[in-house]
Amino acid sequence: MGSEDAEDQREGGRELMTDSEVLLQQVIIGLSNGMIIALIALGYTMVYGIVELINFAHGDLFMLGAFLALTIAGALGLDAVSEGALFSWGILPMFVAAPIFCGGVNWCVDRLAYRPLRNAPRLAPLVSAIGVSFVFLNIGLLWGGLPMEVFNMGQTAAAPKDFPALVSNENLLGESDITLTISQVLVFVITVPLMIGLSVLVRFTRLGKAMRAVAQNPVAARLMGIDVDRVIGATFIIGGALGGVASVVYALYNNTIYFQMGFRVGLDAFTAAVLGGIGNLPGAVLGGLVIGMIRALTDQYIATEWTNVMVFAVLILVLIFRPAGLLGTHAQEKV
Amino acid sequence: MGARGGIWPAVYARMHWILLGLAALLPAVDLLLPPEFRLADLVRPIFIFAVLGMGLNIVTGFTGLLNLGVAAFMAIGAYTYAIATCDIYPFQLGFWTALPLTIAVGAAAGIILGLPTIRLKGDYLAIVTMGFGEMVQDSLKNLDVITKGTQGINPLPSPTLFGYVFKPETPLPWYYLFLALLAVVVLLTRNLERSRIGRTWASIREDELAATCMGINSMKAKLLAFAIGASFCSMAGGLWGAYLGSSGEPGNYDFQISIIALCIVIVGGMGSVSGVLLGAFVMIGFNAILLTKLTAFLAQHGWTSSDNVFTSPSNWKYMMFGLALILMMRFKPEGLLPSRRVKAELHEYDKDVPRQAGGATT
Repeated sequence: MGSEDAEDQREGGRELMTDSEVLLQQVIIGLSNGMIIALIALGYTMVYGIVELINFAHGDLFMLGAFLALTIAGALGLDAVSEGALFSWGILPMFVAAPIFCGGVNWCVDRLAYRPLRNAPRLAPLVSAIGVSFVFLNIGLLWGGLPMEVFNMGQTAAAPKDFPALVSNENLLGESDITLTISQVLVFVITVPLMIGLSVLVRFTRLGKAMRAVAQNPVAARLMGIDVDRVIGATFIIGGALGGVASVVYALYNNTIYFQMGFRVGLDAFTAAVLGGIGNLPGAVLGGLVIGMIRALTDQYIATEWTNVMVFAVLILVLIFRPAGLLGTHAQEKV
Repeated sequence: MGARGGIWPAVYARMHWILLGLAALLPAVDLLLPPEFRLADLVRPIFIFAVLGMGLNIVTGFTGLLNLGVAAFMAIGAYTYAIATCDIYPFQLGFWTALPLTIAVGAAAGIILGLPTIRLKGDYLAIVTMGFGEMVQDSLKNLDVITKGTQGINPLPSPTLFGYVFKPETPLPWYYLFLALLAVVVLLTRNLERSRIGRTWASIREDELAATCMGINSMKAKLLAFAIGASFCSMAGGLWGAYLGSSGEPGNYDFQISIIALCIVIVGGMGSVSGVLLGAFVMIGFNAILLTKLTAFLAQHGWTSSDNVFTSPSNWKYMMFGLALILMMRFKPEGLLPSRRVKAELHEYDKDVPRQAGGATT
C-alpha cells in the first residue's frame, strides 16, 4: 500500500528533501495505512475476543465492501473530483451502504456457517471460515466481471479496477516538500472517531457490557440471562460494519481495488490483531499502526520487495518474547 | 461405520492399501480410453499432493497443530531439488541422492520454523505458519541471484533408476515411481501413527495439558511432528520439481497450495491415512483434472465466451471449494474416511451441553 506512495514521492523530483523530512513523510504514510489496517484488525479481534474464531473471511468481506463502493460509483456516474473541490459528496452513500452491507453479510455468515458449529472443536469453524473466505473471493471475481464501465470492460474480471479519485489528492501543506493529502486526512477523520465510538460502546453501553461478559465466559453469561447468540450476532455486525467503512476508506485512499486484496490486506490486518494481542481492542489499533509504520519504513529504508518479509519477521520476533502479543495477557489454563 | 460387524472393520483398517492397489490397477483402464484422457498422465499430481497431504496430516491431523504454510515447505523442497540437480549449479546430483537431501532440508526448515514458534497457542501458531509461507515465497522471489526469480530453475534432468531414464513423454514409469514413493510414505506414516510417538501426538491433540501432566515432553513431540511433516511436504516439492522438470516459480507455492493441502486433509478425514489418499484424489481430481478438462471442453464447443465470466467453470472454482469446506464442516466434520479416534473426539460434544469456550477456561 505504502509502496506506491513512496515511489510517487521519489518520482516527483523531491530528492531534495532532508533526512528528517523523508522520515516525517514516511510516518504520515505509515500512520494513514496503519489506521486502515487497524480498522480491519478491529473486526478480527472483536470476533476472536468473543467466539475465539479467526474469521478468515473478514478480509474478503472487506474486499466485497470495496467492490460495492465501486459499483455505487459506477451507478451514480461519479468521476474524479474537479480541481479545487475537496471531495465528492458521492462518497456519502458509499459510507452508508458499505458498512450496512458488510455488517449484514457478516451476520448472515455467522448465522449460517459459524453458529451451527459453536459447540464443535475449534478447528471446525476455522475451516468453515476459510470456506466462506473462498466463497467471497469467488463472488469478488465474478463481481469484477459485471458488464459495468467502472469495472474496466474489455479487461479480464480478475484485473485490478481503478477507483475514481473522489477525494482530492492535493497537498494540504501547499508548497511544502512534505505531502499531506485530503485523502490522508480523511483516513484519520473517519477512523479515529469510529475507534473512540467503539471503545465507548464496549465500555459504557449495555451491549458492550454483555459483549465483555460473553467474551469472559459464555456459559456464565447465559446463566445471567444474556442472550449470547444475539450478542455474538451484534459483534459480527459491528465488526463487519467496521470492515465496510475500512473498505471505502481504503478505496478512496489507494484508488485501486482487486479481488485478491482481501487476502493481502486481511493478512496485514490479522497480523496486526495478533501482534497487538488478539481479542484486545487497543492492541489491534496499536498493531495496525506498528504494521503500517514497518511497511512505510521498510519501503523507504530497505527495499519494497522485502516489506512483507519484514512484517512477518517482526511478528515472529514479537511473539517469541511476548507470546500473547504486545498488549495481550496470557490466561493461565485451568482444568 | 466402524461399528458394523463382519468383514468391514478389517477392510476399513486396510483401506489405504486398497486405495493404493486400485491406483496401481488404474493404468489398465487407459487401454480402453481415448489417448487424450490417459489417466496415468493426469493422475500423477494426485500422488504428489497425497504426499503433501501426508505431511500436513502429521502436523494437523495427528498432533492437532494448524499449519497454514505447507506451501513454503513444498517450495523449499522444489528449490532444493532444483538446485541440487540442475546443471547450472555445481552439485548436479541424481534423483536418488537429491531426494533424501530434499527431505533433510525440509526437516531442517521445519525445525527452524518450529524452534521459536512451537510454544505458541493454536491460533498464534496458525498465523505464524501462514506468515512463514509468505516470507518463503517473497524470499525466493527476491533472491533471484540463486533462485532465478520468477523464471524458476530449469530444465532439470530426468530421474534415472538402474540405468533406466524417466522421459517426460512416457507417463507410465513416472506413474509407478510416484505411486511407489507414496506407498513408502504411507507405510512410514502408518508406522509412526501406531508407534510411541504417534500415541504421544494423539494425546497432545486430545488434551495437551493432560498429556504434559502424564510426563510427555510436548515441545519435543510437537517439534518432531513439525520436522517430519515438513520433510514430507518438502519431498512432495522435490517430486513436483522432478515432475515439472523445473522448480516452478515462487508464485506457484502460494497460500492456495496450503489451503488445497488443508482441504485434502479435512475432506479426507483428519488423522486418517486412507482419508488423505481419498482427499487428494477428490480435491486434485476435481481441481486439476475435472475442472481443467471441463473448461477446455466448454471452450472447444463455444459454450463459454471470454466476455462473460459467469460461463467459465474455472471462475467458480473457489466457490465450489469454499462451499465444500463449509458443508463438510457442517455435516461431516470427520471427513469422508474418518479416523475412528478423531470421529469420536469430534462427536464428543454432540450432546446438548453448552461447551465452555471462553477466555480462561478452554
